Amino acid sequence: MSIVIYAETENGKFKKTAFELASYGRAIADQSGTPLLAVTINQDDTEELARYGVDKVIKVNDVAFEEFTAQSYAEVVSTIAKENNANIIVLSSSANAKYIAPLVAVSLSAGYASNVVALPDSLAPLTLKRSCFTNKAFNTTSLVSGVNIIGLSNNSYGIKEHPSSAMETTNSSVSLSTSSLKVENIDKVVGKVTIADADVVVSGGRGLKGPENWYLIEDLAETLGAATACSKPVSDMGWRPHSEHVGQTGKPVASNLYIAIGVSGAIQHLAGINSSKVKVVVNIDPEAPFFKAADYGIVGDAFEVVPQLIEKLRAFKSS
Amino acid sequence: MKILVCISHVPDTTSKINFVNDESAFDTNGVQFIINPNDEFGLTRAIWMQQKHQAEVTVLTVGDINCEPTLRKCLAIGANKAFRIDMQPTDGFQVAQEIAAHCKKESYDLIIAGRESIDYNGAMVPGMIAGLLNYNFVTNCTSLEVEGNHATASREIDGGIENVSCELPLVIGAQKGLVEEKDLIIPNMRGIMQARQKPLEVIPATDSVAKSSILKFEKPAPKGAVKLIDADNIDLLIDLLHNEAKVI
Ligand SMILES: Cc1cc2nc3c(=O)[nH]c(=O)nc-3n(C[C@H](O)[C@H](O)[C@H](O)COP(=O)(O)OP(=O)(O)OC[C@H]3O[C@@H](n4cnc5c(N)ncnc54)[C@H](O)[C@@H]3O)c2cc1C
Repeated sequence: MSIVIYAETENGKFKKTAFELASYGRAIADQSGTPLLAVTINQDDTEELARYGVDKVIKVNDVAFEEFTAQSYAEVVSTIAKENNANIIVLSSSANAKYIAPLVAVSLSAGYASNVVALPDSLAPLTLKRSCFTNKAFNTTSLVSGVNIIGLSNNSYGIKEHPSSAMETTNSSVSLSTSSLKVENIDKVVGKVTIADADVVVSGGRGLKGPENWYLIEDLAETLGAATACSKPVSDMGWRPHSEHVGQTGKPVASNLYIAIGVSGAIQHLAGINSSKVKVVVNIDPEAPFFKAADYGIVGDAFEVVPQLIEKLRAFKSS
Repeated sequence: MKILVCISHVPDTTSKINFVNDESAFDTNGVQFIINPNDEFGLTRAIWMQQKHQAEVTVLTVGDINCEPTLRKCLAIGANKAFRIDMQPTDGFQVAQEIAAHCKKESYDLIIAGRESIDYNGAMVPGMIAGLLNYNFVTNCTSLEVEGNHATASREIDGGIENVSCELPLVIGAQKGLVEEKDLIIPNMRGIMQARQKPLEVIPATDSVAKSSILKFEKPAPKGAVKLIDADNIDLLIDLLHNEAKVI
């Protein structure tokens, strides 16, 4: 038996979630006394994983996997899991990982729990705490298959160093079955933090009055190295792209810090951002519901507060 | 072209979330149920294809008789017919197995399911259907065009959009973008009257088995009160974020 994680990379570097998965996988491996294996795809340097307790890295380096497709990457993870007799597979909550997880579940006939937020309550049966009702509640799910997949919520466990004594590295190959699905092109902003990966997210609502005022959100985000987000009406009106819409019907946010400017804090908005650790709100209306959900709040006009906040943060960052 | 839209019947987004039976079941008392928003974006897209390509749009849910008003609403929006697979599913895998078994008989060209439901947020049903049927699969789908047997689609990825092309049959995980909020169809009187005459067939479940079960629910611990900081004292906010919350 073994624990297998899929350690995601981007442009030759591990994503932060790869280290979180390794840390989480290490803790389960210690509980169960089984080795922790990491699968990587087209990644040359994998040494960093040793710092988080990976026992063995299985590298699949093949031009056939140069481009991500769900089917091919799911095949890699399933094949390596099968070959190594994995009983637990841990995947992140990135868009790609959530894309492949159900395919891996079918191919291994495995149980699958997404949105897991903590270490297992028990290993036999595998019992897990998951968020549900878009963060308005949690449930405890028991998985009853011999092989099970844990989809770990980003930023729920954290990164914990645990150097391995001697991490082994091997190469493996996986043959790819054919598919008519072709990736034509990818349109991706480079050098911008994404909502999924960001430690800090700065979000703007209708209180900002119009798209021309978004420099406030962008400048604040830049000062903090943050991703930018918005409420649903802001994206519906086309002030901002859909990809920034967060909340129950948009993207979930699980950052360390979430700063909401001119967002009222409707239940559907809060649902999606509630698993962020620290929430700050700036709103002119002291009765805005967001104040009930926030940790820190400023009652004030965004057009006065935000420029000051940017200036003071810049000074703080450079001190 | 035959299109199937899989519909999840979920509590309205403003519902109070409570649990009963020793916190083991969702309390449906007084809860208004709606079409899962992601499914509704998918359904609207399907109706456009019905209008443009004369596609036949079937809606399906796996659930008990309480889901039927939600299916009738889909018929009022414009779906041609509805199926209800009669069972109370235990997990997403079971739902996917039931739907896949039905699809094997009906051979749909396009299967649309919401990328996730807003109740259990599993985000697994569309992918599992695709896996079980060995069909192409695009989730977080924000645009879709079909010409003959060929589809082009976009997927929202972290930080961008990926454009793909493939042959049918195809399963997509629908979300906003596929159509916009303003495009959602509000059933009119005529639609509602017609929906009563449209077929809603109840089919028995197969012998699918779940791979997980929910033991109990809990609500998040109550949150402490907000710390209010004076708008003239932004230094204090920065100090608190740095020294107390340790997030900057
Ligand atoms: C089915 C459904 C799903 C939904 N899903 C989502 C979702 O996923 N995400 C989401 O965000 N919403 C969602 N909504 C919409 C939600 O109900 C709210 O309408 C929305 O979140 C409000 O956006 P807002 O806070 O930007 O705007 P408003 O509610 O208009 O709030 C603007 C706020 O700005 C403040 N303000 C005004 N001027 C200033 C100023 N000068 N300085 C500071 N503050 C100022 C106001 O006091 C107010 O609180 C959903 C709704 C439904 C029905």
